[in-house]
Amino acid sequence: MVRKSRFRNVAVGVTLLWITLFVIIPYLFVVVVSFLERDSMHLIRWVFTLEHYRELFSPVFLAVCRNSFFLAFVTTVIALILAYPFAFILNRIPEKTRRFLILLMIIPFWTSSLIRTYALIILFKANGIINTFLLWLGIIEQPLNILYTEVAVFVGLVYTLLPFMILPLYASIQRLEPQLVEAARDLGATTKAVFLDIVLPITMPGIIAGCIMVFLPALGLFYIPDLLGGARSMLIGNFIKNQFLTTGNWPLGSAASVLLTLLMVLFLYGYYLSARRTSTGGMGRIA
Amino acid sequence: MEKVPIVRLRGVTKRFDDVVAVDTLDLDIYEGEFLTLLGPSGCGKTTVLRIIAGFETPDTGEIFMNGDRLTNIPPNKRNVNTVFQSYALFPHMNVFDNIAFGLKMKQCDKKSIQEEVRRAIDIVKLSGLEQRRPFQLSGGQQQRVAMARAIVNKPKVLLLDEPLSALDYRLRQEMQLELKRLHRQLGITFVFVTHDQVEAISMSDRIAVMNEGRIEQIGTPITIYEEPDNMFVARFVGEINVFDGRVKHVENGSAQVDIHGQRFKVQNKKNLFPGQDVTVLLRPEDIMVSPNGNGSGGEGPALSGSVDEVIYKGKTVDLIITLDQGETIFVTQFFNEDQENVVYSQGQRVDVDWLYGWEVVL
Repeated sequence: MVRKSRFRNVAVGVTLLWITLFVIIPYLFVVVVSFLERDSMHLIRWVFTLEHYRELFSPVFLAVCRNSFFLAFVTTVIALILAYPFAFILNRIPEKTRRFLILLMIIPFWTSSLIRTYALIILFKANGIINTFLLWLGIIEQPLNILYTEVAVFVGLVYTLLPFMILPLYASIQRLEPQLVEAARDLGATTKAVFLDIVLPITMPGIIAGCIMVFLPALGLFYIPDLLGGARSMLIGNFIKNQFLTTGNWPLGSAASVLLTLLMVLFLYGYYLSARRTSTGGMGRIA
Repeated sequence: MEKVPIVRLRGVTKRFDDVVAVDTLDLDIYEGEFLTLLGPSGCGKTTVLRIIAGFETPDTGEIFMNGDRLTNIPPNKRNVNTVFQSYALFPHMNVFDNIAFGLKMKQCDKKSIQEEVRRAIDIVKLSGLEQRRPFQLSGGQQQRVAMARAIVNKPKVLLLDEPLSALDYRLRQEMQLELKRLHRQLGITFVFVTHDQVEAISMSDRIAVMNEGRIEQIGTPITIYEEPDNMFVARFVGEINVFDGRVKHVENGSAQVDIHGQRFKVQNKKNLFPGQDVTVLLRPEDIMVSPNGNGSGGEGPALSGSVDEVIYKGKTVDLIITLDQGETIFVTQFFNEDQENVVYSQGQRVDVDWLYGWEVVL
């Protein structure tokens, strides 16, 4: 008993220490910096100001936000449409095939996503694999302009984030008892009604979790629009990166980061509410 | 007038991979009866239920309802409802919406849904819990919601897949009576699946005992218990003692059977012939015990042995007796005023016999 509880204390303690050192304290810096004045020499000056939050309402940043939300929203919708049937099938196939497919989904994580994005360039560019293949087939006569378009950005974002949509959906569909579907059929529900009245509401926590896990990173994945979209597609992530690395405006970058965090908290609260609504007992469980 | 079956299965076979779950099965279910499919796990009883519900399509054979072919009709178009073993209540809906689901699917108008659901809730005695969610209910209450959700649709046949197995002993007894009451009150045909023979015997109008995808015997609980057709049914439906014997002599309607050198008179219902090897089956409560040398009931032959174990159970005393020939038998003695000395002590010498006609000869 004593040994067991000591192990628990150590395990929890190390994790807490890690999170405090590398997540909470740096984040507190960000929050503090966002309220300080900018200084071209020392980056920040210890004077309190709300100026940078006011700047977030400037037309420039609002335009970035609009574009960013649009990209992230479309990415999330595409990922959801692709992932939902896939997660469903994943739950209905034999164990062996399923393990293989999950492995295929996880293997790309072994390579840096930056490098994988460069690989996409090789696919998309004017004399890249896709264009060469289509030209060879005779389907097109001129190379398609894919690279540095929004299409390339969407493909890149969806490709990178799709597993984060599939996994929570897979978990929530796994918890859907097949007997509930049978019960609904038994009570006269058509296939459409089974989906809308039973499957969709019960897997809603997974859908929301997946959307959060795609939407929020999509706002911040600055290198994908950088590499695939050229200068035209700018995300909040690009804006933050520019403030820190290009413009040297740390407080403004921090303020934008805080805004992004608040957004995330809002989404997580929405998820908590939906999970509690469909839970089978107790508190809203995390997917 | 011959009764027309409400559900009829003809030559139904269902395989899962290499396993034959249901094997060329014929079954007639009659309007308004309480039919139980009884058997050990894996005997195919649940598969039969799922075929009637429409969740499984038979590989061969046909299923009819009121004479209409039902084989390829999907479950949502069958006038049949199921109470699932795990209840399968919709976790995101409250009690009212769970019960109303079937009526909503039929696009009934709001007012009649309100009325029908209210009535179903009254029938299963759940008033006041309409707004609760399934996880806020006890096992027994969930069971009642599952019942209400099915009966509110007024099905021709109600299918119940081991609905009581998740409940504790006391609650199970209570729900057994409740189910019987519902069956009488609603007049709906019940098809009930269980592996519990006590439950089957106490609730059913008829029992179909199943084994390895076939029906071993179908009949009233009394027939199944007292006149089993074969060893499987005899052993599955309660405790039974088995004696090997040989027919010595056949008379009009009876026969003399030699068991361990003693000649017992048994009923001859199956055209026994002299020299035939038979098994004589006796339920524990049909065996009579008397102290050794007393000549048992006064007349006739008896087998002697000694008491191994005495188990006092309040209403009865169970004895485990080893016969001199080495067989162990199980006897249940009831207390009654005529026979005071039903309590025996361990190691005591006893005689056992039975009244003519209480035995089953196979």
